[in-house]
Amino acid sequence: MKAPAFAYAKAKSLAEAFALLERPGARILAGGQSLIPSLNMRLASPELLVDIAGLKDLRGIDLRPGVLRIGALATHAEIERSDQVSKYAPLLAQAVPHIAHPAIRNRGTLGGSLALADPAAEYPACALALNATIVLVHRRGERRVPASKFFKGLFDTDIRPGEIVAGAEFPSVERSVFLELTRRHGDYAIVGLAGVADASGRRIAYLGVGATPVFAENASRAVSLNAALEVLGRDLQPAADLYHSSATKLHLAKVLLSRAWNTLSKPH
Amino acid sequence: MGKAELPLHAPGTELDRGYIGQSVPRPNAQRLLQGRGQFIDDLRFPRLAHVAFFRSPYAHALIKHLDFKAALRAPGVIAVLDGRAVAEYCTPWVAVLAHLKGIKSPPQHAIAIERACWQGEAVAAVVAESRSQAEDAVALIEAEWQELPVVVDMDEALAGKNVIHPELGDNICFKREHDTGGVHDAFRLADVVVEETFHFGRHTGVCLEGRAILADYNAGEHSLTVYHATQAPHMMQDIFSRHLNIPEANVRVITKDVGGSFGIKVHVYPDEMATAALSVMLRRPVKFVADRLESFLSDIHAREHKAKVRLACSREGDILAFDLDDITAIGPYSVYPRTSGIEGNQVVNLTGGPYKHQKYRAKMHVVFTNKNVTCQYRAVGHPIAVAITEGIVDIAARKLGMDPAEFRRRNLIGDDAYPYTFPSGIKFEKLSHHKTLDLLLQTMKYGELRAEQKELRKQGVYRGIGLASMIEVTNPSPAFYGVGGARISAQDGATLRLEPTGMLTVMCSVTEQGQGTEAIFAQIAASAVGVSLDKVKVITGDTAVTPYGGGTWASRGAGIGGEAVLLAGRALRSNMLDIAAAMLKTDKAELDIAANAVVHKLTTEKKLELAELGRVAYFRPDTLPLDFQSELTVTRHYTPRQYGFTFTNGIQASLLEVDPDSGFVKLLKHWCVEDSGTVINPMLVDEQLRGGVVQGIGAALFEECIYGPDGQLLNGSMADYLVPMAGEMPDIVCAHVATPTLQSQLGAKGVGEAGTAGAPGAIMNAINDALAPLDARVTRMPFTPERILKALRKV
Amino acid sequence: MEHAVETTLTVNGVRVTRRIAPRVHLVDFLRDELGLTGSHIGCEHGVCGACTVRVNGEIVRGCLMLAVQADGCTVETIEGLSDSKELEGLQRAFHEHNALQCGFCTPGMLLAAQDLVRSGAKPSRDEIRAHISGNYCRCTGYQAIVDAIEETIHGKG
Repeated sequence: MKAPAFAYAKAKSLAEAFALLERPGARILAGGQSLIPSLNMRLASPELLVDIAGLKDLRGIDLRPGVLRIGALATHAEIERSDQVSKYAPLLAQAVPHIAHPAIRNRGTLGGSLALADPAAEYPACALALNATIVLVHRRGERRVPASKFFKGLFDTDIRPGEIVAGAEFPSVERSVFLELTRRHGDYAIVGLAGVADASGRRIAYLGVGATPVFAENASRAVSLNAALEVLGRDLQPAADLYHSSATKLHLAKVLLSRAWNTLSKPH
Repeated sequence: MGKAELPLHAPGTELDRGYIGQSVPRPNAQRLLQGRGQFIDDLRFPRLAHVAFFRSPYAHALIKHLDFKAALRAPGVIAVLDGRAVAEYCTPWVAVLAHLKGIKSPPQHAIAIERACWQGEAVAAVVAESRSQAEDAVALIEAEWQELPVVVDMDEALAGKNVIHPELGDNICFKREHDTGGVHDAFRLADVVVEETFHFGRHTGVCLEGRAILADYNAGEHSLTVYHATQAPHMMQDIFSRHLNIPEANVRVITKDVGGSFGIKVHVYPDEMATAALSVMLRRPVKFVADRLESFLSDIHAREHKAKVRLACSREGDILAFDLDDITAIGPYSVYPRTSGIEGNQVVNLTGGPYKHQKYRAKMHVVFTNKNVTCQYRAVGHPIAVAITEGIVDIAARKLGMDPAEFRRRNLIGDDAYPYTFPSGIKFEKLSHHKTLDLLLQTMKYGELRAEQKELRKQGVYRGIGLASMIEVTNPSPAFYGVGGARISAQDGATLRLEPTGMLTVMCSVTEQGQGTEAIFAQIAASAVGVSLDKVKVITGDTAVTPYGGGTWASRGAGIGGEAVLLAGRALRSNMLDIAAAMLKTDKAELDIAANAVVHKLTTEKKLELAELGRVAYFRPDTLPLDFQSELTVTRHYTPRQYGFTFTNGIQASLLEVDPDSGFVKLLKHWCVEDSGTVINPMLVDEQLRGGVVQGIGAALFEECIYGPDGQLLNGSMADYLVPMAGEMPDIVCAHVATPTLQSQLGAKGVGEAGTAGAPGAIMNAINDALAPLDARVTRMPFTPERILKALRKV
Repeated sequence: MEHAVETTLTVNGVRVTRRIAPRVHLVDFLRDELGLTGSHIGCEHGVCGACTVRVNGEIVRGCLMLAVQADGCTVETIEGLSDSKELEGLQRAFHEHNALQCGFCTPGMLLAAQDLVRSGAKPSRDEIRAHISGNYCRCTGYQAIVDAIEETIHGKG
């Protein structure tokens, strides 16, 4: 399947990117690992692709007070290799090997994944569990959105016209666990769990269970595994997919919760 | 090296094997390793045009109107055509065969006229200077449709409330009944009767190289050269000739490198016929490569069955009778020219295959639906027959409290019982069920695995061991297709030519898609003639070059093509010795050929280099006796004559673990013991078995073409249709027993499909063995976590 | 409307400048414009791995990268890596183990395998399987490929 025709421009600066994005039918091209397949399958027909890969401001993984700031253009491979991520955002380090395969991870980016907000993607659930802050830039400055407010619907985020994801800031936590169920290595998750815990309690988020990543509020507050399993059905009403009924998805979510519980409950 | 055998050996006698039986790396793999193969899409031609098809979005609809105005104006467009325009260059076909009594199917055109009968059927063609431009123009075609009732479900198709082709009266393409008699009584009187209904999800081949064809018509000669990723170039030569009205000898079909076929590429596809017709119409080369999305919609599907099977046995465990009721859903047309009735026919022929019962009754229906067409795909019918047989056998064994291996041992046809006629009418020359069972149990350390399984169950770990005995059709005679009127050749030929420098060129009508055809022909030819392997060059896949033959299908390449190569090689050797005797002025009986030279037969002293023999024969015949004519090119043909099908046997085992919480299956190991007669290259055979096993695992655990109620394919992409990848596959241990066929000198039976035939049954039995203590059973393939959790009553 | 974009890239050591339509993906460019047909197309949605090539030293899916995105980049394909002999060891092991049949997945598989070989890791068989789990092979059943990679990394026996 060959992509439909479109124009292409590579932005040399953020200012240029903002200007290009004002053109009709303009879309951002970063890693392209989700956008290009959709173009090849003629599921999308943008008029103009604005390549932001040259914007150095959007790169980098830096430790800042209390948070690890990862630039939007950081590739999954860079995140996978990063000592900083292992140390200060281990949830991401656990999640990233599940993302597709090495050739995809060499090109796909954090910003692209957050902006696309695929409900089966790993980073959005991690961001939600960590209550990360997504940093957006626009002509006149910066806007910071907590993950809990960022993912609004199916492939729908709080990004406003004229904004570009610049990066995300991930707070440190004591304990984290990422688990995913796939039938084959590297597949989109059937369900996945991103969980963190520290003195203030647990935060458990799921992927693959709804139109967005879902924060399991009741289960996070439960005091025991049995209690959490009982109330999980209130947090998740997963839609069926091609292979799994709603009941199966909820069942598998409970299986993951059972597997994650010990790590989230170690005494400190 | 080889020995002269004058006169030729009688079948079954010892022969000096030369390269036969050696695991030689394939000479023609080198270019593939460097990315220097030549697949159809790699070829470049002047004025090459590309075709893309406008495909029906509906499963069943009248084409009220097609508007090409906007498409015709699009950049790079050469032509936009509907079914009627293409029909002026390509006649329709009907896929029926006389020996499938009562089979019926309506005529099918290269591009649908008036009505589309499955989602994805081509209803218009756009030819442009590039594929991108052709696709752009396809998107500009406007169409008006009138939707018609859609038939999706096989039972509904059989009931016939909505008949897809009213002129045929019902939706039954083919039905067959078989009854040995005595079945009713056998069941009535039996101590134990077990019954189960097994479902098999329709799935497809997913060759990594999409279907590919490049047709090049020369108007100046009224000749057509087709570069075609096909398994059967001579069959296609005949079909292009008849349907495009071009004399047979003016049609040349060339195959080049083929990126996987597995039966998918042995059928006639309307879009490929259209491509050839367009080349004739437009008088320029036209190429079509099916992209992945259209592959899922239009490559043949296979194996959608619902089979109810019953088994009667005595309380001691002797199987008395099998009773089968099978229904299979095909597309809206039987596929040309092999028909879509064969798969179901095979299920009837093969169910119960390895066992000694005498009573058998079967009923089978093949029904039309508005889903993609189906036809022969690797192992054709065997995966179904083996799974239902081995599945019901395990159920019977469990009911009697007998170990499944012992139950099989009691019932497998004895190794000394041959020749044997099976209750379905098929005839076995000689099989080795017991030898293969023994070898399997010993290789896998069956007893230890059972003990380990028992221990692990106490710890809540559920392992399963599943067995699957099987028989397999190979080396078919015209009994498969020819007797029904199909112009499909069951014989093959090989031409061997000694070159002046002493090299050997082998041209054979069997084709190569990676299984190693060319390698084994080189091994056989080198052994038969007496040259070293590096002196041999093999050419396949060109109707203008090779003898006429059948190509690759039904596991026939080694047994039939190989025998032709062997016969030609021995005959060439004899001719070479005639020349050598004349040159050396000695008695031919004292000479032999070994290691690229004529030698003294007894002392092995080198007498004459083959390069010298070639020089004299080709350039200095004036030095040979006056009445002598050299003949260094020899052709021989071969077809099996004693048995309509040369059956092989084998047995597989799967060891796996089921996680009762998640329903996930982890494959731990797989074994495959196979008797395919003489093995020419053990490494290549083991590779074929492993590749086949993994395809069968795909069917058992992952692959299904899922259709919605309105006939829409819901998972037609590589993201949604799951094929087996390396991460989930087990190591597969292969072992062999060898019972050569006496029909040929080589003694080779076929083996290409064996892995696929047995693996699904072995996996199913292993899963059910794991689930047995949990009082759960699965019977619907593929065995997804959902289906396993349902069986466990967890969802 | 699309306008062709002037793009300069180095392919197998040779500097190439072309005006390329933005919609052309890298593997189509390599195959159709440069005649490097060793990289294959199996799905065009990034799943099968047949199109795997190396860009700036990293393996990528050639169908998921626009040729214009490769401006200023170094691209290596199966042809170049064969001629430079970088893949010689793997190719020999693949040949001896018959880790290929039809050959269509093979260039992508070799690129993916070489990525693992170059990393310096000492993977188990399971880890090898995981690394090539993004490359679809329909012919071999994968075992011979794992054997060939294992032997290349760990040596024979």
